[in-house]
Amino acid sequence: MTALNIKKGTSRKSAYDLRRSRESDTETHTLSILVDNEAGVLARVVGLFSGRGYNIESLAVTEVDHTGHLSRITVVTTGRAHVIEQIKAQLDRLIPVHQVVDLTVEGQSIERELALLKVGSGESGAAEALLVAEEFGATQIESNPDVIVLELTGTVRQIDRFADRLLDCGLIEIARTGVVGIRVKE
Amino acid sequence: MIPLSLEGLCFSEMMLGHVVMEELMSGAEIVLKALEEQGVEVVFGYPGGAVLPIYDEIDQNNRIHHVLVRHEQGAVHAAEGYARSTGKPGVVLVTSGPGATNSVTGLTDALMDSIPIVLISGQVPTFMIGNDAFQEADTVGITRPCTKHNWLVKDTDLLADTVHQAFHIATTGRPGPVLVDVPKDVQFAEGTYHPPSDSHKKRYRPNLRGGAEEIGQLAEWIETAAKPIIYSGGGVINSGPRASELLRNLAEETGFPITSTLMGLGAYPASGDKWLGMLGMHGSYEANLAMHGCDLMINVGARFDDRITGRIKDFSPNSRKVHIDVDRSSINKAILVDLPILGDVTDVLGQLLDKWRNRGSKTNSDGVRSWWRQIDEWRSIDCFSYANSKKIIKPQHALERLEALTAGRDRYITTEVGQHQMWAAQYLKFEEPNRWMTSGGLGTMGYGLPASIGVQIAHPEALVINIAGEASWLMNMQEMCTAIQENLPVKQFILNNEYLGMVRQWQELLHEKRYSNSWCAALPDFVKLAESFGCLGVRVSDPADLDGAILEMLEYDGPVIMDCRVDKFESCFPMIPSGEPHNKMLLGPSRDQAGIGADGAVLV
Repeated sequence: MTALNIKKGTSRKSAYDLRRSRESDTETHTLSILVDNEAGVLARVVGLFSGRGYNIESLAVTEVDHTGHLSRITVVTTGRAHVIEQIKAQLDRLIPVHQVVDLTVEGQSIERELALLKVGSGESGAAEALLVAEEFGATQIESNPDVIVLELTGTVRQIDRFADRLLDCGLIEIARTGVVGIRVKE
Repeated sequence: MIPLSLEGLCFSEMMLGHVVMEELMSGAEIVLKALEEQGVEVVFGYPGGAVLPIYDEIDQNNRIHHVLVRHEQGAVHAAEGYARSTGKPGVVLVTSGPGATNSVTGLTDALMDSIPIVLISGQVPTFMIGNDAFQEADTVGITRPCTKHNWLVKDTDLLADTVHQAFHIATTGRPGPVLVDVPKDVQFAEGTYHPPSDSHKKRYRPNLRGGAEEIGQLAEWIETAAKPIIYSGGGVINSGPRASELLRNLAEETGFPITSTLMGLGAYPASGDKWLGMLGMHGSYEANLAMHGCDLMINVGARFDDRITGRIKDFSPNSRKVHIDVDRSSINKAILVDLPILGDVTDVLGQLLDKWRNRGSKTNSDGVRSWWRQIDEWRSIDCFSYANSKKIIKPQHALERLEALTAGRDRYITTEVGQHQMWAAQYLKFEEPNRWMTSGGLGTMGYGLPASIGVQIAHPEALVINIAGEASWLMNMQEMCTAIQENLPVKQFILNNEYLGMVRQWQELLHEKRYSNSWCAALPDFVKLAESFGCLGVRVSDPADLDGAILEMLEYDGPVIMDCRVDKFESCFPMIPSGEPHNKMLLGPSRDQAGIGADGAVLV
């Protein structure tokens, strides 16, 4: 297995970005969208973003109510303030969308992401990786002669930093869930 | 917050509530029964393999009039003409694969112009979906971005509910096209029929009632504004005839000047003395300058389209802007407004008039009077004047004569897209809503002929004229067969300049008269073409014969194709060049002439 080919400090710029905007007036918002879990609902939401040139920084989705068949889609998006407002209005217009909550501005919320990181066991960096894992509070969930796998739940920034540190320890692969969030105060 | 299993609950209630009225029948029968119970009288369509069970049912049922078009795009435009001229949803029936893909342009057109369309498409049987079956296409995937909503129905028991819901969604809130994709095995299978009920409306309930506080604020602003303008749009027409009445009351009682978008023509009568004419890229000088200089702009059911605003940052710089719209996503999309009012036009205008009258029907009459003096000065420019000719028919003259010879008749106008469309909007006078059918948002060449067919189906006794350019008209000319088969006396008034006129005009303005591919070197003989279709063809090229030719067209009892040969190099003025603000209008070749900047050239 070869080491992962990512450069340190690369930007998180989305491939969907059609609008030239200055970094200074761009905001990042986390939207929590409750939808009917029916065929094509994710395509509707994602198609709205790509069709209108909005950004998707991260996306997490699964059914949260198996009786009522409701899914929650958490999208992290960036744009100018009025673009964010437009995104929310456009989402609200989709028929299967029940509710759009902007976790970034509506009340208080907590956001987390989960990441699995694979490091080669044979590399001299494996021991170093375990030390870094301890520092970040990550758990080792797999260890075999070839690889170790570390699990970290935290903010996007924590996971970015953790992955950055592991690059020098023979990091092979990362899987991330994307951000999910929940409101803790209205 | 929403209780987690709300949807599940609604559904079981619905099932229980109507258990007595359920009947077992085939999917195809269910479709026809649902259409009937939705009040559908006409369906525009084209049969094919995957929709044959429904066509068989149409033959058996015999209560719904099916209009056989010659191309599925034509079916959707015909349904749009029907819908726009009646206020009822237009219904389309097509087969799978190419039948569905051919309807995509029509659906997109209806989405942009907010026209209620219910399209039912056949699909390959459920067990073959995904196998690249003959005439299979991912119809719901392809039409997802060009419908308000769409469904693939995999279970016959869900068919009736889906069709009823489709009608509700197409016609409620901001109207739009919806599509129901029905696999062939679902059409054959037996299932339970459910009649329409309120439960179909539970899932989609847009807010129609305007906020009293915002409406009160607007009433106050109306009292103090010195330079007000009402800017109305297609939303007034969509809201129903009552909305147009209320709009007229508002303009008359306040004495405020009123302009309208292309889509809103007829909501306020062109003969009314508050009327400034259409605004926007090819709108009147006075309407655009009044928009630029006003201090209170009341947008009623329009959407600040880029044809209207010109350069955003210079748009009406000194005004308070109010936006009445039923669609929240239209508000603050292009132009940030000071006072958004979310609600249906009829409701909001009704509340507004009540509130304003109760406060004493006051306006800043001195201010408004001097505002009108300013507007009258702009009016005296006479921006639609043009140099007429005795040798060659000017397209503006042709439309002025058509207007003069048809005014006062029970008349409906459709158009294609291009110069002729703008001239029609400028030179024809619309006194009532629902009389003007044109492709505004999408700008679909080929819209007008099928739309005229849909209008004539809905209004068999009326005079229906399609104002066309020869290039647009050729795009859906196969629909003449439909007109002949249905015995529809639609008049095709073609302003033939042998050019894609608007393209030619832009090439003249922006590309130093390099007329790349805008000249149609080969065109049919329209008179012989008319003969071959089995209708009357009339050609006119001498201005002296124009009236006679128009009268011949009007008097003939049947469809007519009129080949009106006009000046090949006439351009459409006034014009706000792309990327320029409202106060930088071009008035025409004989007057001031400015260029389009590099930033403007990139715009369409």
